Amino acid sequence: MTDAYIYDSVRSPRGKGKTDGTLNEVSAVRLSALALNELKERNNLDGHAVEDVIWGNVTQVGEQGACLARSAVLYSDLDESIPGVSVNRFCSSALEAVNMAAGQVRGGMGDGYIAGGVESMSRVPMGSDGGAIATDPTLAMKTYFVPQGISADIIATKYGFSRDECDALAVESQKRAARAQSEGRFDRSVFVVRDQNGLTILDRDELIRENTTMQTLGALRPSFKDMGEVMPGFDTVALMKYPEMEAVNHVHHAGNSSGLADGAAAILVGNKEFGERYGLKPRAKFRHMSKIGTDPTIMLTGPVTVTEKILKETGMSFSDIDLMEVNEAFASVVLRFMTHFDADPDKVNVNGGAIAMGHPLGATGAVILGTLLDEMERADKEVGLTTLCIGSGMGVATIIERV
Amino acid sequence: MAEFNYKLDDDGIATITWDVPGKSMNVLSFDALKELDAHVDTALGDDSVKGVIITSGKKDFAGGMDLNALAKLREDAGDNPAKGIFDGIMQMHGVLRKIELAGMDRKTKKGGKPIVAALPGTAAGIGFELPLACHHIIVADNPKAKIGLPEILVGLFPGGGGATRVSRKIGLMAAAPILMEGRMQTPAKMKAMGLIDEVVAADQLISAAKDWINGAKDADLVKPWDEKKYRYPGGAPYTASGLPMFVGASVMIHGKTQGVYPAAKALLGAIYEGALVPFDTALKVEARWFTKVMMTPSTTGMIRSLFLNKQALEKGAVRPKDIPDQTVKKVGILGAGMMGAGIAYVSALAGIEVVLIDASQEAADRGKAHSATILDGGIKRKKVTEEKKAAVLARITASSDYATLTGCDLIVEAVFEDPEIKAAVTKQTEAVIPEDCIFASNTSTLPISSLATASKRPEQFIGIHFFSPVHKMNLVEIIKGAQTGPRAVAKAMDYVRQIRKTPIVVNDARFFYANRCIIPYINEGMRMIHEGIEPALIENAAKLFGMPLGPLQLTDETSIDLGVKIAKATKAAMGNEYQNDEADEIAFKLFDQGRYGRKTNGGFYTYNEAGKRTGLWQGLRDNWPPMAEQPPLEDVKSRLMLAQSLEAVRALEEGVLEDIREGDVGAILGWGFAPWSGGPFSSLDLMGAANAVATCDRLAETYGERFAAPALLREMAEKGQSFYGRFGPDAKEAA
Repeated sequence: MTDAYIYDSVRSPRGKGKTDGTLNEVSAVRLSALALNELKERNNLDGHAVEDVIWGNVTQVGEQGACLARSAVLYSDLDESIPGVSVNRFCSSALEAVNMAAGQVRGGMGDGYIAGGVESMSRVPMGSDGGAIATDPTLAMKTYFVPQGISADIIATKYGFSRDECDALAVESQKRAARAQSEGRFDRSVFVVRDQNGLTILDRDELIRENTTMQTLGALRPSFKDMGEVMPGFDTVALMKYPEMEAVNHVHHAGNSSGLADGAAAILVGNKEFGERYGLKPRAKFRHMSKIGTDPTIMLTGPVTVTEKILKETGMSFSDIDLMEVNEAFASVVLRFMTHFDADPDKVNVNGGAIAMGHPLGATGAVILGTLLDEMERADKEVGLTTLCIGSGMGVATIIERV
Repeated sequence: MAEFNYKLDDDGIATITWDVPGKSMNVLSFDALKELDAHVDTALGDDSVKGVIITSGKKDFAGGMDLNALAKLREDAGDNPAKGIFDGIMQMHGVLRKIELAGMDRKTKKGGKPIVAALPGTAAGIGFELPLACHHIIVADNPKAKIGLPEILVGLFPGGGGATRVSRKIGLMAAAPILMEGRMQTPAKMKAMGLIDEVVAADQLISAAKDWINGAKDADLVKPWDEKKYRYPGGAPYTASGLPMFVGASVMIHGKTQGVYPAAKALLGAIYEGALVPFDTALKVEARWFTKVMMTPSTTGMIRSLFLNKQALEKGAVRPKDIPDQTVKKVGILGAGMMGAGIAYVSALAGIEVVLIDASQEAADRGKAHSATILDGGIKRKKVTEEKKAAVLARITASSDYATLTGCDLIVEAVFEDPEIKAAVTKQTEAVIPEDCIFASNTSTLPISSLATASKRPEQFIGIHFFSPVHKMNLVEIIKGAQTGPRAVAKAMDYVRQIRKTPIVVNDARFFYANRCIIPYINEGMRMIHEGIEPALIENAAKLFGMPLGPLQLTDETSIDLGVKIAKATKAAMGNEYQNDEADEIAFKLFDQGRYGRKTNGGFYTYNEAGKRTGLWQGLRDNWPPMAEQPPLEDVKSRLMLAQSLEAVRALEEGVLEDIREGDVGAILGWGFAPWSGGPFSSLDLMGAANAVATCDRLAETYGERFAAPALLREMAEKGQSFYGRFGPDAKEAA
């Protein structure tokens, strides 16, 4: 088997994913092209250097529709001979894109790929692509469909995570993100989003709230209580699936869940020859990639299941992992991961996560893989794992090691 | 003989009159559908016909589909029953669609003949789906008329185009009470909802129909869904306004039905999938889902119990045949407490003269005031008029004087559950009532045969057991004592029919039928707490089996003090054979702490000041800590189900029950036994006797002998029999 390497990683800063967010004025296709161009320029690639652009994106309608990946290639400085494919595995789309690229390199289908993703949540609202899972009664009832926020609250209820524990994790995420930003730990990956005249639009993650405390979070109302208990009453469905529970404890709110965000991220993946061709030094090697389907109702327990799977497949033990990025979709997701593996908090999301900086759905997988790689280099760690929980009950994980 | 008659008037208007010979209410069969089809062909093919009226020769339009005809579709299709049902339903769609398009050119939408439905009264099920396919619906201003699609209540859904036409006409949200709750409405309400077009005086029904035909233009005949610009009212599934409604509908239906009613799921599936395709395709989709419901085994049980057998019992299927009519004219009710007052109300409501007796005039008056309270509630909801209230109250004479019982032809005794008090009032009453008067006791715990010893005329002594609250609970248990004669049984049944409730007749035994089955259910719930099963799991498992209330909530509603008193009495009566210590431990502990249930604002649940349940009492988990490893849901469900249904089997074995139809209908109406299943016997048939016995064996080994399979069930498993195969009415006739 051919080894696959990461040669570089770039990402845009994450903008607030609402109409008053700074990146709201930047289209998804342009944001994508900026990331592709950044990677091309930084690494002095030819326009035809890669085999394909595999591009994660969740809400594939409107400007994100009609194979955004191909549009992004055509919008960018890459040659038209590079095709482009959009992939959707919800929140892990970009990590899935990277894994697909690595798998294709390993399998001999080309020497180099750009993989990553984009989501402009301020321009293409989450859920605007409809979907049978929630809407088709036959499927929704078969899977006991509840929205992700309810699933996160079910995790908290089932595993006994209190509101305070969730809030404490959120405060810590903010603190770590603020420190990482002020110390310049994201600088290697983050590029400045500029307009067509070269003027700066956004140069840093804009969602971080350094002053977050238990008190400020304590004032927030639970986000999913009404839809759970009143209209349309998702909790009843949840209790049908988990009848050992008497009620769902609604602990999640805007402050301990990931924020809506706009952003793009791209990772350059290739084999040894690819690096030699462009005079690039590999930054990390793919050890293994794995994915799995899990209970769709509680939905967000995939990181635990897929991590167990990837450890088994690689013959590794949890203690072999030096550093981890577990996407902070909701506080309970990370708490579940940490308690299950009895993880050392100093190894998990050490530079904060999506609770502090936002979660541009189709880009996050590549964002946090880049963050992991940067931190592995900064802290001189050897082995890192990235994993995300995923809509409809899935999990994806990637283990990389420094070369 | 023809069921639809065709007549063409000189004015060029043809009238198709539905009039099934020998029946008071029209129901549709597939043969009749062919007649209708032929008449429609005649009208459309005859140039001298300019319009058609479809009406009824009876006081109502139609009651619905002949459910036996649906069953026959399945049987006639041999080894491919699904195809038989599907083809039959599609044939029905074909006829209705022919009416709807009425010969018009499908491109220009011109040249159709106006077809009007003129409904003199009630129209239900296909009786409303047929009008929905017409171009205009006129209903007579008949105060008794109810219009709607009640199929969901018997385990089906409106599969004659009703699901598709109603949802497309008024949208998913507006259609919900009609389609998903099966609520029948007055003509005025249906007009307000946009489901019928006109309400006119009864004598103007036909002239109004003719007027409409004479004024109808081509555009009036085109249904919204046949127009290019059609938009789904409220929004189709994948629109900004429609999406949350469709997502919400699944959640609400799923939660409300706890996933056990296949018809509710299929209905929503048909509406959703139908909303995404053209109308004719939607009808086909609807037919596929309807077929799926018909092919689901539990549907058969649900229709059988909730429709066919309930009706049969109400019509006196088990009434002694050769006893003349025993209609009650004047009933005397002894005891004006909660039960007596309720019995007085339902009797007076049914037009029976009532004497309500209690020890003091004040107590009797209080009992009568109960009726006024209920009627006032009805007035508030605009269901009752002041005149009606006055008429009902005028029928009730409240008194403390036994002499007022003179002339009663039925007595219902509802005094304290104390044999001595009951004996005393029996004697006191028999001193003044006519010799042929029937005496009934509303006891729920005392054997009728022993109460009858106080009577001079034990053959005229019987049990009539009402459930609380009397005006809401539709089951009445009639209990035959050892000496009760057939006239007493007939009297009790005719009385129950008068008050429009459903009777079951059982033989005298401890707790009769209903309570004997409920008690093991409640006890099983308490044993589970003792074992360390999560209280929430117990309650949720019961609901997931389709029980309206979990055993703990049911106990709270009925109060634990009663249970504890019964347990103590049972213990005294049974001595050493009594085995209930684990359940007792729980009940006694709550009793000792004054947690009687809802009435003390604390029981298995906690309640707020307004009396609203706020959650399970934490003391349960403190006193009986839940096990770390909880049993599988299916085990908990099986135990709660079998605790009831095995008791029903034992009641049949012991001859307390004489007819399994009564066992099934009584269980559903009496204590809400999983209606989707058709009742305890139907649910065991669904499991299959062999499977049920295997489950019993497994549960008996783990949880105790109370789950040991009754000999009858074991024998049926060996012989490969089912309850309805062996004890059903057909088997009885054959035997």
